[in-house]
Amino acid sequence: MRAIGLVALAVFRESARDRVPMAIVGFGIVLVAASYLISQMTAGQDLKIIKDIGLAALSILGLFIAVFIGIGLVAKEVERRSIYSLLSKPVTREQLLIGKYCGLVMTLAVNMLAMCAAFYAVLFYQQLTVPSNVQASWAAPATDPRLMIAVVLIFGELMVMTAVAVFFSTFAGPVTSILLTLALWVAGHFNADLRNFQEVADSPAAIYVARVLYYVLPNLAPFNVKAEVVHGVAVSASHVGLTLVYALVYVAMLLVAAMAIFRRRDFK
Amino acid sequence: MAAIETENLSKDYYVGFWRPKPYRALHDLTFSVEEGEVFGFLGPNGAGKSTTLKLLMGLISPTSGVARILGKPIGDLSMRRRIGFLPENPYFYDYLTAEELLTYFAGLSGLRGPDRAKRVAAALDDVEIGAERRMRLRSYSKGMIQRVGVAQALVAAPDVVFFDEPMSGLDPLGRRDLRQLMLRLRDRGCTVFFSSHILSDAEALCSRVGIVAQGRLVAQGRLTDIVAFEIRGWELVVADLPEALRRDLETRVVAITPLSNNRYTIELAPSEPPEKFIHEVAQSGALVVSLNAIRTTLEDYFVSTVKSAQARDAEGLAG
Repeated sequence: MRAIGLVALAVFRESARDRVPMAIVGFGIVLVAASYLISQMTAGQDLKIIKDIGLAALSILGLFIAVFIGIGLVAKEVERRSIYSLLSKPVTREQLLIGKYCGLVMTLAVNMLAMCAAFYAVLFYQQLTVPSNVQASWAAPATDPRLMIAVVLIFGELMVMTAVAVFFSTFAGPVTSILLTLALWVAGHFNADLRNFQEVADSPAAIYVARVLYYVLPNLAPFNVKAEVVHGVAVSASHVGLTLVYALVYVAMLLVAAMAIFRRRDFK
Repeated sequence: MAAIETENLSKDYYVGFWRPKPYRALHDLTFSVEEGEVFGFLGPNGAGKSTTLKLLMGLISPTSGVARILGKPIGDLSMRRRIGFLPENPYFYDYLTAEELLTYFAGLSGLRGPDRAKRVAAALDDVEIGAERRMRLRSYSKGMIQRVGVAQALVAAPDVVFFDEPMSGLDPLGRRDLRQLMLRLRDRGCTVFFSSHILSDAEALCSRVGIVAQGRLVAQGRLTDIVAFEIRGWELVVADLPEALRRDLETRVVAITPLSNNRYTIELAPSEPPEKFIHEVAQSGALVVSLNAIRTTLEDYFVSTVKSAQARDAEGLAG
Protein backbone atom coordinates (compact mmCIF):
# COMPACT_ATOMS: atom_id res chain seq x y z
CA MET A 1 0.00 0.00 0.00
CA ARG A 2 2.87 2.35 0.82
CA ALA A 3 4.34 2.01 -2.67
CA ILE A 4 0.93 2.74 -4.23
CA GLY A 5 0.60 5.84 -2.03
CA LEU A 6 4.08 7.08 -2.97
CA VAL A 7 3.44 6.61 -6.69
CA ALA A 8 0.03 8.33 -6.39
CA LEU A 9 1.56 11.27 -4.51
CA ALA A 10 4.33 11.68 -7.11
CA VAL A 11 1.78 11.58 -9.95
CA PHE A 12 -0.39 14.12 -8.15
CA ARG A 13 2.58 16.41 -7.50
CA GLU A 14 3.82 16.14 -11.09
CA SER A 15 0.45 16.60 -12.78
CA ALA A 16 -0.67 19.39 -10.41
CA ARG A 17 2.31 21.40 -11.69
CA ASP A 18 1.90 20.39 -15.33
CA ARG A 19 0.94 23.34 -17.50
CA VAL A 20 -1.49 21.42 -19.71
CA PRO A 21 -4.09 20.55 -17.02
CA MET A 22 -3.47 23.92 -15.40
CA ALA A 23 -4.32 25.61 -18.70
CA ILE A 24 -7.40 23.41 -19.11
CA VAL A 25 -8.63 24.28 -15.60
CA GLY A 26 -7.88 27.96 -16.25
CA PHE A 27 -9.85 27.77 -19.47
CA GLY A 28 -12.68 26.04 -17.61
CA ILE A 29 -12.83 28.80 -15.00
CA VAL A 30 -12.84 31.48 -17.70
CA LEU A 31 -15.54 29.59 -19.61
CA VAL A 32 -17.73 29.30 -16.51
CA ALA A 33 -17.22 33.00 -15.78
CA ALA A 34 -18.02 33.83 -19.41
CA SER A 35 -21.25 31.86 -19.15
CA TYR A 36 -22.56 34.73 -17.03
CA LEU A 37 -22.00 37.18 -19.89
CA ILE A 38 -23.53 34.78 -22.42
CA SER A 39 -26.56 34.32 -20.17
CA GLN A 40 -27.23 38.07 -20.24
CA MET A 41 -27.92 37.81 -23.96
CA THR A 42 -30.77 35.35 -23.48
CA ALA A 43 -34.28 36.16 -22.42
CA GLY A 44 -35.37 34.31 -19.29
CA GLN A 45 -32.95 31.45 -19.83
CA ASP A 46 -29.98 33.06 -18.11
CA LEU A 47 -29.72 30.66 -15.18
CA LYS A 48 -30.22 27.61 -17.40
CA ILE A 49 -27.45 28.81 -19.73
CA ILE A 50 -25.00 29.25 -16.83
CA LYS A 51 -25.80 25.79 -15.46
CA ASP A 52 -25.62 24.13 -18.89
CA ILE A 53 -22.30 25.72 -19.79
CA GLY A 54 -20.84 25.12 -16.33
CA LEU A 55 -21.70 21.42 -16.23
CA ALA A 56 -20.65 20.90 -19.86
CA ALA A 57 -17.30 22.58 -19.11
CA LEU A 58 -16.75 20.32 -16.09
CA SER A 59 -17.56 17.27 -18.18
CA ILE A 60 -15.60 18.03 -21.36
CA LEU A 61 -12.57 19.71 -19.81
CA GLY A 62 -12.41 17.02 -17.13
CA LEU A 63 -12.35 14.47 -19.94
CA PHE A 64 -9.43 16.27 -21.60
CA ILE A 65 -7.48 16.25 -18.33
CA ALA A 66 -8.27 12.56 -17.74
CA VAL A 67 -7.27 11.58 -21.26
CA PHE A 68 -4.15 13.68 -21.72
CA ILE A 69 -2.64 13.03 -18.30
CA GLY A 70 -3.94 9.46 -18.16
CA ILE A 71 -2.18 8.61 -21.40
CA GLY A 72 0.96 10.40 -20.29
CA LEU A 73 1.09 8.42 -17.09
CA VAL A 74 1.99 5.16 -18.77
CA ALA A 75 2.39 5.57 -22.54
CA LYS A 76 4.63 8.64 -22.36
CA GLU A 77 6.55 7.17 -19.46
CA VAL A 78 7.29 4.10 -21.59
CA GLU A 79 8.07 6.21 -24.66
CA ARG A 80 10.47 8.48 -22.77
CA ARG A 81 11.84 5.48 -20.84
CA SER A 82 11.46 7.11 -17.43
CA ILE A 83 9.76 3.86 -16.44
CA TYR A 84 13.14 2.08 -16.53
CA SER A 85 14.41 3.70 -13.33
CA LEU A 86 11.06 3.31 -11.65
CA LEU A 87 10.73 -0.42 -12.33
CA SER A 88 14.24 -1.08 -11.04
CA LYS A 89 12.96 -0.06 -7.57
CA PRO A 90 11.19 -2.52 -5.28
CA VAL A 91 7.77 -1.82 -6.73
CA THR A 92 5.62 -4.22 -8.71
CA ARG A 93 4.10 -3.26 -12.02
CA GLU A 94 0.65 -3.68 -10.48
CA GLN A 95 1.47 -1.25 -7.66
CA LEU A 96 2.80 1.20 -10.20
CA LEU A 97 -0.34 1.08 -12.33
CA ILE A 98 -2.76 1.39 -9.41
CA GLY A 99 -0.65 4.17 -7.87
CA LYS A 100 -0.67 6.09 -11.12
CA TYR A 101 -4.42 5.67 -11.48
CA CYS A 102 -5.04 6.87 -7.91
CA GLY A 103 -2.71 9.86 -8.43
CA LEU A 104 -4.60 10.88 -11.51
CA VAL A 105 -7.97 10.54 -9.78
CA MET A 106 -6.62 12.79 -7.00
CA THR A 107 -5.50 15.36 -9.60
CA LEU A 108 -8.86 15.18 -11.31
CA ALA A 109 -10.66 15.69 -8.01
CA VAL A 110 -8.67 18.84 -7.24
CA ASN A 111 -9.13 20.23 -10.76
CA MET A 112 -12.87 19.49 -10.66
CA LEU A 113 -13.07 21.17 -7.28
CA ALA A 114 -11.43 24.34 -8.67
CA MET A 115 -13.81 24.46 -11.66
CA CYS A 116 -16.76 23.64 -9.42
CA ALA A 117 -15.89 26.50 -7.06
CA ALA A 118 -15.84 28.90 -10.04
CA PHE A 119 -19.18 27.46 -11.21
CA TYR A 120 -20.84 28.02 -7.83
CA ALA A 121 -19.29 31.50 -7.53
CA VAL A 122 -20.94 32.53 -10.82
CA LEU A 123 -24.24 30.98 -9.71
CA PHE A 124 -24.02 32.79 -6.38
CA TYR A 125 -23.39 36.10 -8.16
CA GLN A 126 -26.41 35.44 -10.36
CA GLN A 127 -28.53 34.81 -7.27
CA LEU A 128 -27.35 38.07 -5.70
CA THR A 129 -28.03 40.20 -8.74
CA VAL A 130 -31.38 38.83 -9.92
CA PRO A 131 -34.51 40.26 -8.21
CA SER A 132 -36.42 37.84 -6.01
CA ASN A 133 -39.60 38.00 -8.14
CA VAL A 134 -37.60 36.70 -11.12
CA GLN A 135 -35.98 34.07 -8.93
CA ALA A 136 -39.44 32.80 -8.03
CA SER A 137 -39.91 31.71 -11.68
CA TRP A 138 -36.74 29.55 -11.67
CA ALA A 139 -37.24 25.78 -11.79
CA ALA A 140 -34.52 25.39 -9.16
CA PRO A 141 -32.50 27.88 -7.09
CA ALA A 142 -29.26 29.18 -8.59
CA THR A 143 -26.95 27.57 -6.04
CA ASP A 144 -29.01 24.39 -6.02
CA PRO A 145 -27.03 21.79 -4.02
CA ARG A 146 -28.57 19.12 -6.25
CA LEU A 147 -26.20 20.30 -8.99
CA MET A 148 -23.59 18.37 -7.04
CA ILE A 149 -25.36 15.15 -8.04
CA ALA A 150 -24.47 15.92 -11.65
CA VAL A 151 -20.93 16.86 -10.63
CA VAL A 152 -20.48 13.60 -8.67
CA LEU A 153 -21.69 11.57 -11.65
CA ILE A 154 -19.44 13.53 -14.03
CA PHE A 155 -16.58 12.63 -11.70
CA GLY A 156 -17.67 8.96 -11.79
CA GLU A 157 -17.64 9.08 -15.60
CA LEU A 158 -14.18 10.65 -15.58
CA MET A 159 -12.95 7.88 -13.26
CA VAL A 160 -14.11 5.37 -15.88
CA MET A 161 -12.50 7.32 -18.72
CA THR A 162 -9.24 7.61 -16.76
CA ALA A 163 -9.20 3.84 -16.36
CA VAL A 164 -9.89 3.49 -20.11
CA ALA A 165 -6.98 5.83 -20.87
CA VAL A 166 -4.65 3.93 -18.53
CA PHE A 167 -5.81 0.61 -20.02
CA PHE A 168 -5.05 1.65 -23.62
CA SER A 169 -1.74 3.23 -22.67
CA THR A 170 -0.46 -0.08 -21.25
CA PHE A 171 -0.11 -1.47 -24.76
CA ALA A 172 -0.53 1.38 -27.29
CA GLY A 173 1.44 4.55 -28.03
CA PRO A 174 0.26 7.97 -26.80
CA VAL A 175 -1.54 9.10 -29.97
CA THR A 176 -3.31 5.76 -30.52
CA SER A 177 -4.33 5.70 -26.85
CA ILE A 178 -5.81 9.21 -27.03
CA LEU A 179 -7.80 8.38 -30.18
CA LEU A 180 -9.07 5.07 -28.78
CA THR A 181 -10.08 6.66 -25.48
CA LEU A 182 -11.95 9.51 -27.14
CA ALA A 183 -13.63 7.05 -29.52
CA LEU A 184 -14.74 4.96 -26.55
CA TRP A 185 -16.11 8.05 -24.82
CA VAL A 186 -18.27 8.84 -27.86
CA ALA A 187 -19.34 5.18 -28.17
CA GLY A 188 -20.06 5.06 -24.44
CA HIS A 189 -22.59 7.86 -24.70
CA PHE A 190 -24.51 6.04 -27.43
CA ASN A 191 -24.10 2.62 -25.87
CA ALA A 192 -27.73 2.42 -24.73
CA ASP A 193 -28.80 2.34 -28.40
CA LEU A 194 -26.96 -0.97 -28.84
CA ARG A 195 -29.24 -2.64 -26.33
CA ASN A 196 -32.26 -2.17 -28.56
CA PHE A 197 -30.41 -2.85 -31.79
CA GLN A 198 -32.92 -5.58 -32.77
CA GLU A 199 -35.47 -2.84 -33.34
CA VAL A 200 -33.47 -1.44 -36.25
CA ALA A 201 -31.53 -4.49 -37.50
CA ASP A 202 -32.67 -7.89 -38.83
CA SER A 203 -29.37 -9.78 -38.93
CA PRO A 204 -29.04 -12.04 -35.85
CA ALA A 205 -25.23 -11.76 -36.09
CA ALA A 206 -25.38 -7.96 -36.02
CA ILE A 207 -27.80 -8.06 -33.10
CA TYR A 208 -25.49 -10.46 -31.25
CA VAL A 209 -22.42 -8.26 -31.90
CA ALA A 210 -24.37 -5.19 -30.75
CA ARG A 211 -25.38 -7.00 -27.56
CA VAL A 212 -21.77 -8.03 -26.83
CA LEU A 213 -20.57 -4.47 -27.47
CA TYR A 214 -23.29 -3.17 -25.17
CA TYR A 215 -21.86 -5.19 -22.29
CA VAL A 216 -18.18 -4.61 -23.13
CA LEU A 217 -18.20 -0.88 -23.89
CA PRO A 218 -18.72 1.52 -21.00
CA ASN A 219 -22.29 2.72 -20.68
CA LEU A 220 -21.87 6.41 -20.00
CA ALA A 221 -25.46 7.58 -20.53
CA PRO A 222 -26.50 7.04 -16.87
CA PHE A 223 -23.73 9.42 -15.78
CA ASN A 224 -25.38 12.27 -17.67
CA VAL A 225 -28.05 13.81 -15.46
CA LYS A 226 -27.26 17.40 -16.42
CA ALA A 227 -30.66 18.09 -18.01
CA GLU A 228 -32.48 16.74 -14.95
CA VAL A 229 -30.59 18.80 -12.37
CA VAL A 230 -30.70 21.96 -14.47
CA HIS A 231 -34.50 21.70 -14.69
CA GLY A 232 -34.83 20.72 -11.04
CA VAL A 233 -36.07 17.21 -11.85
CA ALA A 234 -35.34 14.77 -9.04
CA VAL A 235 -32.59 12.17 -9.57
CA SER A 236 -33.14 9.13 -7.39
CA ALA A 237 -30.50 8.09 -4.86
CA SER A 238 -30.68 4.54 -6.23
CA HIS A 239 -29.77 5.80 -9.73
CA VAL A 240 -26.78 7.67 -8.35
CA GLY A 241 -25.73 4.75 -6.14
CA LEU A 242 -26.06 2.11 -8.87
CA THR A 243 -24.27 4.29 -11.43
CA LEU A 244 -21.36 4.83 -9.04
CA VAL A 245 -21.21 1.09 -8.25
CA TYR A 246 -21.18 0.42 -12.01
CA ALA A 247 -18.31 2.92 -12.37
CA LEU A 248 -16.30 1.22 -9.61
CA VAL A 249 -16.86 -2.26 -11.05
CA TYR A 250 -15.97 -1.10 -14.58
CA VAL A 251 -12.84 0.67 -13.30
CA ALA A 252 -11.81 -2.43 -11.35
CA MET A 253 -12.26 -4.67 -14.39
CA LEU A 254 -10.31 -2.31 -16.63
CA LEU A 255 -7.46 -2.03 -14.14
CA VAL A 256 -7.30 -5.82 -13.75
CA ALA A 257 -7.09 -6.16 -17.55
CA ALA A 258 -4.51 -3.35 -17.72
CA MET A 259 -2.41 -5.06 -15.02
CA ALA A 260 -2.53 -8.39 -16.88
CA ILE A 261 -1.18 -6.70 -20.02
CA PHE A 262 1.32 -4.50 -18.20
CA ARG A 263 2.73 -7.44 -16.21
CA ARG A 264 3.75 -9.26 -19.39
CA ARG A 265 4.94 -6.26 -21.34
CA ASP A 266 8.56 -6.05 -22.54
CA PHE A 267 10.04 -2.56 -22.39
CA LYS A 268 12.32 -2.71 -25.44
CA MET B 1 28.69 -15.53 -3.53
CA ALA B 2 28.51 -13.94 -6.96
CA ALA B 3 26.85 -10.54 -6.94
CA ILE B 4 25.51 -11.05 -10.46
CA GLU B 5 25.28 -14.30 -12.42
CA THR B 6 23.61 -15.36 -15.61
CA GLU B 7 23.25 -18.83 -17.09
CA ASN B 8 22.52 -19.30 -20.79
CA LEU B 9 20.52 -16.10 -20.86
CA SER B 10 18.91 -15.60 -24.28
CA LYS B 11 16.47 -13.11 -25.66
CA ASP B 12 14.48 -13.19 -28.88
CA TYR B 13 12.68 -10.15 -30.24
CA TYR B 14 9.91 -10.66 -32.75
CA VAL B 15 10.19 -8.52 -35.85
CA GLY B 16 7.67 -8.03 -38.63
CA PHE B 17 3.99 -7.15 -38.41
CA TRP B 18 1.97 -9.85 -40.16
CA ARG B 19 4.16 -12.87 -39.52
CA PRO B 20 6.65 -11.84 -36.83
CA LYS B 21 9.87 -13.82 -36.88
CA PRO B 22 12.19 -14.21 -33.91
CA TYR B 23 15.43 -12.26 -33.96
CA ARG B 24 17.93 -13.44 -31.36
CA ALA B 25 19.39 -10.38 -29.66
CA LEU B 26 21.26 -12.32 -26.98
CA HIS B 27 22.72 -15.84 -27.25
CA ASP B 28 23.32 -18.02 -24.18
CA LEU B 29 24.96 -15.34 -22.07
CA THR B 30 26.79 -16.89 -19.12
CA PHE B 31 28.94 -14.81 -16.82
CA SER B 32 29.34 -13.87 -13.19
CA VAL B 33 30.50 -10.81 -11.31
CA GLU B 34 31.95 -11.17 -7.82
CA GLU B 35 31.01 -8.90 -4.94
CA GLY B 36 33.05 -5.70 -4.77
CA GLU B 37 34.16 -5.86 -8.39
CA VAL B 38 33.96 -3.12 -10.99
CA PHE B 39 32.87 -5.05 -14.07
CA GLY B 40 32.89 -3.44 -17.50
CA PHE B 41 30.40 -4.81 -19.99
CA LEU B 42 31.81 -3.71 -23.30
CA GLY B 43 30.65 -3.92 -26.86
CA PRO B 44 29.85 -1.92 -29.96
CA ASN B 45 26.42 -0.37 -30.51
CA GLY B 46 23.73 -3.03 -30.92
CA ALA B 47 25.87 -5.77 -29.38
CA GLY B 48 23.33 -6.65 -26.68
CA LYS B 49 24.58 -4.60 -23.71
CA SER B 50 21.32 -2.78 -23.05
CA THR B 51 19.30 -5.95 -23.66
CA THR B 52 21.36 -7.67 -20.96
CA LEU B 53 20.80 -4.80 -18.54
CA LYS B 54 17.07 -4.76 -19.28
CA LEU B 55 16.92 -8.49 -18.59
CA LEU B 56 18.77 -8.01 -15.30
CA MET B 57 16.40 -5.19 -14.33
CA GLY B 58 13.30 -7.22 -15.23
CA LEU B 59 12.25 -4.73 -17.90
CA ILE B 60 12.10 -7.54 -20.43
CA SER B 61 11.72 -11.26 -19.81
CA PRO B 62 14.25 -13.80 -21.07
CA THR B 63 13.38 -16.27 -23.81
CA SER B 64 15.51 -18.83 -21.97
CA GLY B 65 18.11 -18.99 -19.23
CA VAL B 66 18.24 -17.53 -15.74
CA ALA B 67 19.83 -14.58 -14.00
CA ARG B 68 20.39 -13.91 -10.32
CA ILE B 69 21.46 -10.81 -8.45
CA LEU B 70 22.81 -11.24 -4.90
CA GLY B 71 21.67 -14.87 -5.14
CA LYS B 72 18.03 -13.88 -5.75
CA PRO B 73 15.98 -14.24 -8.92
CA ILE B 74 15.38 -11.12 -10.98
CA GLY B 75 11.80 -10.54 -9.87
CA ASP B 76 12.62 -10.63 -6.14
CA LEU B 77 11.55 -7.34 -4.52
CA SER B 78 13.77 -7.68 -1.45
CA MET B 79 16.78 -7.87 -3.78
CA ARG B 80 15.66 -4.69 -5.53
CA ARG B 81 16.07 -2.75 -2.29
CA ARG B 82 19.78 -3.53 -2.58
CA ILE B 83 20.41 -2.50 -6.17
CA GLY B 84 20.55 0.73 -8.14
CA PHE B 85 20.16 1.27 -11.88
CA LEU B 86 21.04 4.12 -14.20
CA PRO B 87 19.41 3.58 -17.62
CA GLU B 88 20.99 4.87 -20.82
CA ASN B 89 20.00 8.50 -21.53
CA PRO B 90 17.74 8.69 -18.48
CA TYR B 91 14.64 10.84 -18.46
CA PHE B 92 12.71 11.88 -15.37
CA TYR B 93 9.69 13.98 -14.49
CA ASP B 94 9.80 17.56 -15.75
CA TYR B 95 7.89 19.12 -12.88
CA LEU B 96 9.61 17.43 -9.93
CA THR B 97 12.80 18.77 -8.40
CA ALA B 98 15.87 16.53 -8.06
CA GLU B 99 15.28 16.43 -4.32
CA GLU B 100 11.63 15.39 -4.75
CA LEU B 101 12.54 12.73 -7.31
CA LEU B 102 15.15 11.20 -5.04
CA THR B 103 12.82 11.39 -2.03
CA TYR B 104 10.20 9.54 -4.09
CA PHE B 105 12.63 6.85 -5.24
CA ALA B 106 14.16 6.49 -1.76
CA GLY B 107 10.65 5.99 -0.38
CA LEU B 108 10.00 3.24 -2.92
CA SER B 109 13.23 1.60 -1.77
CA GLY B 110 11.85 1.48 1.78
CA LEU B 111 13.64 4.47 3.34
CA ARG B 112 11.65 6.70 5.69
CA GLY B 113 11.92 9.83 7.79
CA PRO B 114 15.25 11.45 8.64
CA ASP B 115 17.18 8.50 7.21
CA ARG B 116 15.57 9.11 3.84
CA ALA B 117 16.34 12.84 3.92
CA LYS B 118 19.94 12.08 4.88
CA ARG B 119 20.37 9.57 2.04
CA VAL B 120 18.81 11.95 -0.51
CA ALA B 121 21.20 14.73 0.52
CA ALA B 122 24.20 12.36 0.47
CA ALA B 123 23.36 10.99 -3.00
CA LEU B 124 22.98 14.50 -4.43
CA ASP B 125 26.23 15.55 -2.75
CA ASP B 126 27.95 12.51 -4.29
CA VAL B 127 27.11 13.74 -7.79
CA GLU B 128 27.75 17.38 -6.87
CA ILE B 129 24.23 18.70 -7.45
CA GLY B 130 24.19 21.75 -5.20
CA ALA B 131 21.48 24.39 -4.84
CA GLU B 132 20.00 23.20 -8.17
CA ARG B 133 18.49 20.27 -6.28
CA ARG B 134 15.46 22.44 -5.55
CA MET B 135 14.95 23.34 -9.20
CA ARG B 136 12.54 21.47 -11.43
CA LEU B 137 14.18 18.88 -13.65
CA ARG B 138 12.86 20.46 -16.86
CA SER B 139 15.44 23.24 -16.39
CA TYR B 140 18.37 20.78 -16.12
CA SER B 141 20.99 20.24 -18.83
CA LYS B 142 21.63 16.75 -20.22
CA GLY B 143 24.73 16.34 -18.08
CA MET B 144 22.85 17.34 -14.93
CA ILE B 145 20.06 14.88 -15.70
CA GLN B 146 22.74 12.21 -16.05
CA ARG B 147 24.07 13.17 -12.60
CA VAL B 148 20.55 12.99 -11.14
CA GLY B 149 20.27 9.57 -12.80
CA VAL B 150 23.40 8.44 -11.01
CA ALA B 151 22.13 9.89 -7.73
CA GLN B 152 18.80 8.05 -7.96
CA ALA B 153 20.70 4.81 -8.54
CA LEU B 154 22.73 5.41 -5.38
CA VAL B 155 20.04 6.86 -3.12
CA ALA B 156 19.27 3.63 -1.26
CA ALA B 157 23.01 2.90 -0.66
CA PRO B 158 22.85 -0.20 -2.88
CA ASP B 159 25.16 -3.20 -2.74
CA VAL B 160 25.14 -3.53 -6.52
CA VAL B 161 24.80 -0.74 -9.05
CA PHE B 162 24.16 -1.05 -12.76
CA PHE B 163 25.13 1.82 -15.03
CA ASP B 164 24.11 1.74 -18.70
CA GLU B 165 26.49 3.99 -20.66
CA PRO B 166 27.10 6.18 -17.59
CA MET B 167 29.48 8.62 -19.31
CA SER B 168 26.95 9.54 -21.98
CA GLY B 169 26.12 13.25 -21.93
CA LEU B 170 28.84 14.14 -19.44
CA ASP B 171 31.58 16.68 -20.13
CA PRO B 172 35.23 15.75 -19.37
CA LEU B 173 34.91 17.09 -15.84
CA GLY B 174 31.72 15.12 -15.25
CA ARG B 175 33.34 11.97 -16.61
CA ARG B 176 36.30 12.38 -14.28
CA ASP B 177 33.94 12.91 -11.32
CA LEU B 178 31.93 9.82 -12.22
CA ARG B 179 35.08 7.71 -12.58
CA GLN B 180 36.16 8.82 -9.11
CA LEU B 181 32.69 8.11 -7.75
CA MET B 182 32.77 4.59 -9.18
CA LEU B 183 36.12 3.96 -7.54
CA ARG B 184 34.75 5.28 -4.22
CA LEU B 185 31.81 2.88 -4.58
CA ARG B 186 34.24 0.02 -5.15
CA ASP B 187 36.18 1.05 -2.04
CA ARG B 188 32.94 0.95 -0.04
CA GLY B 189 32.48 -2.67 -1.16
CA CYS B 190 29.76 -1.93 -3.70
CA THR B 191 29.69 -4.03 -6.87
CA VAL B 192 29.63 -1.87 -10.00
CA PHE B 193 28.45 -3.25 -13.33
CA PHE B 194 28.63 -0.81 -16.19
CA SER B 195 28.11 -1.05 -19.90
CA SER B 196 30.14 1.15 -22.17
CA HIS B 197 31.76 1.46 -25.53
CA ILE B 198 34.30 3.94 -24.17
CA LEU B 199 37.27 1.68 -23.59
CA SER B 200 39.48 4.16 -21.78
CA ASP B 201 36.91 4.23 -18.96
CA ALA B 202 36.98 0.46 -18.74
CA GLU B 203 40.77 0.45 -18.66
CA ALA B 204 40.81 3.03 -15.89
CA LEU B 205 38.12 1.44 -13.73
CA CYS B 206 37.54 -2.24 -14.26
CA SER B 207 38.99 -5.20 -12.47
CA ARG B 208 37.28 -7.46 -15.01
CA VAL B 209 35.51 -6.97 -18.30
CA GLY B 210 33.19 -8.90 -20.56
CA ILE B 211 33.11 -8.18 -24.26
CA VAL B 212 29.88 -8.75 -26.11
CA ALA B 213 29.46 -8.68 -29.88
CA GLN B 214 26.56 -9.75 -32.09
CA GLY B 215 24.65 -10.79 -28.96
CA ARG B 216 27.36 -13.19 -27.80
CA LEU B 217 29.88 -12.91 -24.99
CA VAL B 218 33.13 -13.20 -26.93
CA ALA B 219 35.60 -12.66 -24.09
CA GLN B 220 35.64 -12.14 -20.36
CA GLY B 221 38.25 -12.00 -17.68
CA ARG B 222 40.72 -9.81 -15.85
CA LEU B 223 42.10 -6.90 -17.84
CA THR B 224 45.60 -8.12 -17.11
CA ASP B 225 44.74 -11.52 -18.61
CA ILE B 226 42.96 -10.12 -21.64
CA VAL B 227 45.50 -7.44 -22.44
CA ALA B 228 49.07 -8.45 -21.70
CA PHE B 229 50.18 -4.82 -21.81
CA GLU B 230 53.46 -5.92 -23.37
CA ILE B 231 55.50 -3.23 -25.09
CA ARG B 232 55.03 -3.35 -28.87
CA GLY B 233 57.59 -0.61 -29.54
CA TRP B 234 58.55 2.97 -28.71
CA GLU B 235 57.36 6.29 -30.02
CA LEU B 236 59.93 9.09 -29.94
CA VAL B 237 58.88 12.64 -30.87
CA VAL B 238 61.73 14.95 -31.88
CA ALA B 239 62.00 18.53 -33.20
CA ASP B 240 64.52 20.18 -35.56
CA LEU B 241 65.94 16.86 -36.79
CA PRO B 242 68.84 17.39 -39.24
CA GLU B 243 68.08 16.09 -42.74
CA ALA B 244 71.17 13.81 -42.81
CA LEU B 245 70.25 12.09 -39.57
CA ARG B 246 66.62 11.72 -40.71
CA ARG B 247 67.75 9.91 -43.89
CA ASP B 248 70.09 7.73 -41.84
CA LEU B 249 67.42 6.83 -39.28
CA GLU B 250 64.94 5.85 -41.98
CA THR B 251 66.97 2.71 -42.65
CA ARG B 252 67.23 1.73 -38.97
CA VAL B 253 63.81 2.42 -37.42
CA VAL B 254 60.29 1.09 -38.05
CA ALA B 255 58.94 4.41 -39.36
CA ILE B 256 59.46 8.16 -39.33
CA THR B 257 56.35 10.28 -39.67
CA PRO B 258 56.56 14.07 -40.14
CA LEU B 259 54.37 16.18 -37.84
CA SER B 260 53.79 19.94 -37.92
CA ASN B 261 56.43 22.56 -36.90
CA ASN B 262 59.39 20.49 -38.11
CA ARG B 263 58.64 17.67 -35.70
CA TYR B 264 58.84 13.95 -36.42
CA THR B 265 57.55 10.79 -34.77
CA ILE B 266 60.12 8.01 -34.82
CA GLU B 267 58.75 4.53 -34.21
CA LEU B 268 61.27 2.09 -32.78
CA ALA B 269 61.13 -1.69 -32.61
CA PRO B 270 60.58 -3.12 -29.08
CA SER B 271 64.06 -4.70 -29.19
CA GLU B 272 65.80 -1.36 -29.79
CA PRO B 273 66.92 0.46 -26.63
CA PRO B 274 65.39 3.98 -26.94
CA GLU B 275 68.23 5.52 -24.88
CA LYS B 276 70.67 4.96 -27.79
CA PHE B 277 68.43 6.94 -30.18
CA ILE B 278 67.75 9.69 -27.64
CA HIS B 279 71.54 10.15 -27.23
CA GLU B 280 72.10 10.17 -31.00
CA VAL B 281 69.30 12.66 -31.64
CA ALA B 282 70.46 14.94 -28.83
CA GLN B 283 74.05 14.92 -30.12
CA SER B 284 72.87 16.01 -33.59
CA GLY B 285 71.42 19.18 -32.05
CA ALA B 286 67.78 18.05 -32.38
CA LEU B 287 65.33 18.31 -29.48
CA VAL B 288 63.73 15.27 -27.83
CA VAL B 289 60.09 16.20 -27.15
CA SER B 290 58.69 12.96 -25.74
CA LEU B 291 59.14 9.20 -25.47
CA ASN B 292 56.22 6.81 -25.08
CA ALA B 293 55.94 3.04 -24.96
CA ILE B 294 53.49 1.54 -27.49
CA ARG B 295 51.44 -1.10 -25.66
CA THR B 296 48.65 -3.46 -26.60
CA THR B 297 45.55 -1.65 -25.44
CA LEU B 298 42.10 -2.85 -24.59
CA GLU B 299 41.03 -1.08 -27.76
CA ASP B 300 43.33 -3.27 -29.89
CA TYR B 301 41.96 -6.37 -28.20
CA PHE B 302 38.39 -5.13 -28.48
CA VAL B 303 38.68 -4.33 -32.18
CA SER B 304 40.26 -7.69 -33.03
CA THR B 305 37.76 -9.66 -30.91
CA VAL B 306 34.70 -7.86 -32.21
CA LYS B 307 35.93 -8.10 -35.82
CA SER B 308 36.52 -11.85 -35.57
CA ALA B 309 33.06 -12.31 -33.98
CA GLN B 310 31.50 -10.36 -36.83
CA ALA B 311 33.46 -12.39 -39.37
CA ARG B 312 32.34 -15.66 -37.75
CA ASP B 313 28.76 -14.45 -37.85
CA ALA B 314 29.05 -13.45 -41.51
CA GLU B 315 30.55 -16.88 -42.35
CA GLY B 316 27.72 -18.57 -40.49
CA LEU B 317 25.16 -16.58 -42.45
CA ALA B 318 26.92 -17.30 -45.74
CA GLY B 319 27.18 -21.01 -44.90
